[in-house]
Amino acid sequence: MSVIINPFPETQAAWELPYRGKVGMACLIIAESAIFTIFVVAYLFYLGKSLTGPTPREVLETPIFYTICLLSSSLTIHLASRFLDRDKRGAFLSVWFLTIVLGGLFLFGTGQEWHRLIYEHGLTISTNLFGTTYYSLVGLHAFHVTVGLLMLIIVLLFGLAGRIGREHSARVEVLSMYWHFVDAVWVVVFTVVYVFGR
Amino acid sequence: MSSEVMAIHSAGAASRPWVETLHEWVTTVDHKRLGILYILFALFFLVIGGIEAMIIRIQLMRPHSHFVSPQVFNRMFTMHGTTMIFFVAMPILFGFANYLVPLMIGARDMAFPRLNAFSFWLTALGGFLLYFSFVGGSGLYGAGTVPDVGWWAYAPLTSRAFSPGHSTDYWTIALLVSGFGSIGTSINIIATILSMRCPGMTMSRMPLLAWLNLVMSGMVLITITPLSAAQIMLCVDRYLGGHFFDTQAGGSAAIWMHFFWIFGHPEVYILIIPCFAFLSEIIPVFSRKPIFGYPVMVGATVCIAFVSLSVWAHHMYTIGMSSYSNAFFTITTMAVGVPTGIKIFNWLGTMWGGKIHFKVPMLFCIGFLFQFLIAGLTGIMLAVAPFDWQLGNSYFVVAHFHYVIVGGILFALFAAFYYWYPKITGRMLSESLGKVHFWLFVIGFHFTFDLMHIPGVLGMPRRIYTFEPGRGWDTLNLLITFGALIQCIAILVFVANLVFSYFKGPKAGNDPWDAWTLEWSVSSPPPAYNFASIPGVNSRRPLWDLKHPEDPDSRYE
Repeated sequence: MSVIINPFPETQAAWELPYRGKVGMACLIIAESAIFTIFVVAYLFYLGKSLTGPTPREVLETPIFYTICLLSSSLTIHLASRFLDRDKRGAFLSVWFLTIVLGGLFLFGTGQEWHRLIYEHGLTISTNLFGTTYYSLVGLHAFHVTVGLLMLIIVLLFGLAGRIGREHSARVEVLSMYWHFVDAVWVVVFTVVYVFGR
Repeated sequence: MSSEVMAIHSAGAASRPWVETLHEWVTTVDHKRLGILYILFALFFLVIGGIEAMIIRIQLMRPHSHFVSPQVFNRMFTMHGTTMIFFVAMPILFGFANYLVPLMIGARDMAFPRLNAFSFWLTALGGFLLYFSFVGGSGLYGAGTVPDVGWWAYAPLTSRAFSPGHSTDYWTIALLVSGFGSIGTSINIIATILSMRCPGMTMSRMPLLAWLNLVMSGMVLITITPLSAAQIMLCVDRYLGGHFFDTQAGGSAAIWMHFFWIFGHPEVYILIIPCFAFLSEIIPVFSRKPIFGYPVMVGATVCIAFVSLSVWAHHMYTIGMSSYSNAFFTITTMAVGVPTGIKIFNWLGTMWGGKIHFKVPMLFCIGFLFQFLIAGLTGIMLAVAPFDWQLGNSYFVVAHFHYVIVGGILFALFAAFYYWYPKITGRMLSESLGKVHFWLFVIGFHFTFDLMHIPGVLGMPRRIYTFEPGRGWDTLNLLITFGALIQCIAILVFVANLVFSYFKGPKAGNDPWDAWTLEWSVSSPPPAYNFASIPGVNSRRPLWDLKHPEDPDSRYE
């Protein structure tokens, strides 16, 4: 049998398969969801099991404004990729930038809350079970926001250099899938920590 | 034509300095080379893990033995378990998946070649870290220790108070890092299978090997990750003073067990499903019949994947759970035997009425069928909570899971080696050495692991350092060690066969087994680009169609 001549007759003309980037990101999201599930289970399992204070009811304040920031960034990133699809680069870049600002605001909010918890209430990761589970769950999410922000900033820098065009819209779409996931996780974390957990 | 390609290849290799060849292998993103790297990496650790097993067996050969100290014994069984699962079984199966999946679905490479390389090197780093604990376990001031917490590393044994030094940290980080490698490879396998199939290769025409690896990778995504999460928690406990598993601060030791076994039990299926995949490719070829019940095989695999996610706590009957939990996990564990049984019947159905060729790969497959059946039956016994209360943590359990891992997984792996070695190297493995290997290994295996059930029933606990004479365990343990020695000799024969045949084996040609899947349509070893032009397929057995144009499979689809 020859290596060069294709022994197989050409078959179907139309042969469409899903974009590998999307499949890969979907798989990553499934894997990450499992990690978050375990941390959420640990948080719920240890609710009210701390032997010493402070308790969530005493110290947690619901971060409504920053939650709105993060959730609306999901909307803006969706808009941005729509703009890129239609090759409106200026609009894409400005809405993309807005997404980064919203994500940054959220991170700032988390930082502020942690600062308050540590310096006003003396709650650290080693204080009690609540501290351990709270900081690791919220911290894991904040870590994912940080990674997402870094990637968004990289895209922004390339965009400012004029290197992002319509041909990259599939890849930008993959990144926005990740960002939507980070937002969706926050909905769960918010519900568990600030609504259900108090 | 194929020999010409090979000649050019080898002439090129001879003229280049070895540094360049090494550089090529280290920086490669080719799925075939990465597959080979995975397999070689795993074989290296197989030898190390085997030496550790022999140390355990020599220690237990006779009562009151002092071959090693109790401390060393603990380290040996911890390292043996961890090495064999994470750095032998996982990488070797990923290696085969890496090598075979793109070739079988008519793709030129994996979906993400660089991620592929990254994942391999993460796994390699994990293996290095685990063994670096021999020198770095207690810092670098010379007093090296090795993880000695057992491969489940139950809390609170892993806390700072009971595991000082860094040995447990090396264990944790090694598993975390190699876990990320596994997740990367799984993402890659899924994306490859869903997005890189050649024209005409619909999901229902895919070789079962690709299907089963797809299911396995899906399982890796949701079951390796709980382990990673638990390892992160353990790091938080050990380094940041967290209390996840700290019972003195209200934490729970049992939740570590749950997190570990949510990973730990599906892991068994992650390992066995690719082995099912090997059997599903090899048995039809050597029975000269297409696989019996293709859709049922796929369905049963998906079913196993789902059910196996809800059986984990059958590892925990002895810690004391509610009767509802016991009943639930007993029922689910028994249920998982059903789709597995379906698979065994399908393989038998494939062999039934076939023209069976008893080549070495087929011998190992038949060995698998018998041994895996027995392993499954002792599994059903242990699934019953009251039975497990009697024999949990005894040598009966050790015998059971070694029956699965050695009698099942390792036998399927040997079959895969004998079957695909000609494709990977271009040379056939020696058939006579292969038969010696098979029979020695079968004898050694049954000597060791059949007998091992008996001291378990007589009350010998697992992980015991030594034992008193006169409990009826003495002769049995001596014979078990004797069997392990026979297995060692068989492995030596196998390694000799691998090395000898690489240089002196007869040339394989493209298709030595007269097989039907796409990897046999290209030269052995395949060119770097796999397929000069992307093939198109019309049925499940594209090479059958090609060889029998008068009666193609596609006519019956």
